[in-house]
Amino acid sequence: MAEQSNAPKPDAQALLDIFRRMVRIERNDDAIRTAMRRGRITAPYYSGRGQEVIPATISHFLNDDDQICTIYRGIHDMVAKGIPLRPLWAEISGKVDGTCKGKGGPMHLTHPETGVMVTTGIVGSSMPIANGLGWAAKLDGSKRVVVAYFGDGASNIGAFHEALNLASLWKLPVLFVCQNNGFGEHTRYEIATSVDKISTRAVSYNMPGFTVNGNDPDDMYAHVHAAVARARAGEGPTLLECKTFRFLGHLIGDDDFYMDKAEKEAAMAKDPLPRLRARLIAEGHASEADLDKLIADIEAEIADAQEYGANSPTPSRDELRRDVFAEEMPA
Amino acid sequence: MSVMLQMNGIQAINAAMVEAMEADPKVLVLGEDIADPQGGGVTGTMKGLSTRFGEHRVRTTPISEQAIIGAAIGAALGGYKPVAEIMLMNFTTVAMDMIFNHAAKLRFMSGGQSQVPITIRTLTGAGWQTAGQHCDHLEGWFAHAAGIKVIAASSPADMKGLMLSCIQDPDPCLFIETGMTLFSPGEVPADQGPIPLGKAKVAVSGSDITIVTWAAQTIRCMMALQALGEAGISAEIVDLRTISPWDKETVLASAAKTGRVMIAHEAVRDFGPGAEIAATIHEELFGQLKKPVKRLGAPKCAVPFAKVLEDAYLVQPDDIVAAAKALMG
Ligand SMILES: Cc1ncc(C[n+]2csc(CCOP(=O)(O)OP(=O)(O)O)c2C)c(N)n1
Repeated sequence: MAEQSNAPKPDAQALLDIFRRMVRIERNDDAIRTAMRRGRITAPYYSGRGQEVIPATISHFLNDDDQICTIYRGIHDMVAKGIPLRPLWAEISGKVDGTCKGKGGPMHLTHPETGVMVTTGIVGSSMPIANGLGWAAKLDGSKRVVVAYFGDGASNIGAFHEALNLASLWKLPVLFVCQNNGFGEHTRYEIATSVDKISTRAVSYNMPGFTVNGNDPDDMYAHVHAAVARARAGEGPTLLECKTFRFLGHLIGDDDFYMDKAEKEAAMAKDPLPRLRARLIAEGHASEADLDKLIADIEAEIADAQEYGANSPTPSRDELRRDVFAEEMPA
Repeated sequence: MSVMLQMNGIQAINAAMVEAMEADPKVLVLGEDIADPQGGGVTGTMKGLSTRFGEHRVRTTPISEQAIIGAAIGAALGGYKPVAEIMLMNFTTVAMDMIFNHAAKLRFMSGGQSQVPITIRTLTGAGWQTAGQHCDHLEGWFAHAAGIKVIAASSPADMKGLMLSCIQDPDPCLFIETGMTLFSPGEVPADQGPIPLGKAKVAVSGSDITIVTWAAQTIRCMMALQALGEAGISAEIVDLRTISPWDKETVLASAAKTGRVMIAHEAVRDFGPGAEIAATIHEELFGQLKKPVKRLGAPKCAVPFAKVLEDAYLVQPDDIVAAAKALMG
């Protein structure tokens, strides 16, 4: 954890930026779940509720042209990166104005314009592709960095090991960000993973690896600062294992039977979002009224996006023949 | 008339690579043993490229097929045109997720925002006693997938022209090489340019029977020509060249002309690509056929080791002659 006492600390502006990104994630997640409950959206949805600090802090350090590859549980990562909400909502509603014309859905949502390059439904597959984007950044002579998001379960799949080895060998500007939420579907971490800390696996690939409190903006800030600086300087990749907790089960509809109720309650009692809000106020960085206004503005943006998605037309059947190849398929 | 050069498939593909890399700095090469210090790939087809274009563009990778294809996909998303070598076709199976779930689908899943212009070169083909895990013809697996083009040329000129097209194509292409086709010499026009994907070639014109084939099986069909001629059978050989998307027009035109069709491929017959082609011919030309379409392919077993078994496993020129006689009878 933040072992360095002289580690960089987020100032008021940074904390407010991280908070704003977290609120966007949480309010958007809430709106999606509400829409699903009301039958307005039908989609497989994997909530990132509880994990907001991780992509919010990382995205604080990312430029518009930096890129991410994420997973089915990734809407929080994209929202933090800055994907526009209108086409996001149209996409999860299966509409033509969606980023992917309604052809990808929440599990494959992408938006290269804001650096959301790949969203995969296959455990582990964000990592090998992030390497290629990192290679391209390097060949371009740019300072772009690429973030590969994945879960703790994904650190047990071959793609993780192949990707970390290659990234280290080729000194690629990639951050491997494991959001360790304690579970892979219904299986607890220790039943599936041979090491106490996933970060120790970095040793095998000769890259720095850290276990970070993924719900603590200070700890995240210090480590992401260093990892991004290292990547931009051409020194290579870093593995960040960010410990967090998955508040809402594997996917919406999950009844939590496999979870320890007390453990879950304790984790939820430490919800990082209200904690950061309280801190911003306690440290005098914002007033209650400032934050209420910030939240209300975000809620209005989400309501507008939701409306936009609802009103967008459904795709035509011709879309089945389009985008298979660059050239349209014959009817 | 352009000057004809004598070369084999390895030299033809190498010539295509040199041309493509000179013309376009975005073309990259990666794979196991691919750079010159490691020999330029398993068949030496990439020889000279790393020396000429630098090891930043021509990179030897670890033995990590998922990482190879993943890096190719990511680089393609980043604006490059990578040519990845998967040493042998059977090893594509450990990268199937990257090829099938990602490379082939990213354009569609992204609603056309993203494209993955990668070329995957891979080697296969029985006849060298490499047995169960080193020589399968899996083109049917890939042809079944949407979003990836599957190419298998049989002559050096076609290899050069089709490789040039694959590299410049905006979509992922699987380029299948075989020992038999790589090492067979042929004439290549000095100015051989790109050959369009998805177009078959009538390699031999004939009037009695259409034989649809590709890759090394084309060469085995050619070997049957003399015996067919002696039996008084005029065979038209259609070298499909692109398995997916395949050239229905050329195949159906030939089938309509002869009324008798045989599809011969090295892949396992059952559920093989020949089934799709046969079904289409039956659907389109039922009333015009003189006989039902005949399919020749490998039996449904692993490729065997013992030479006698391997010979029996392959569709040999004699099998083609026998099947042609039956179709004529
Ligand atoms: C290759 C593969 N195997 C299995 C699955 C089914 N699956 C989807 S999510 C998941 C759990 C992954 O857990 P983890 O990597 O910890 O990420 P989390 O869902 O907790 O964010 C599984 C097994 C899959 N999508 N891909």
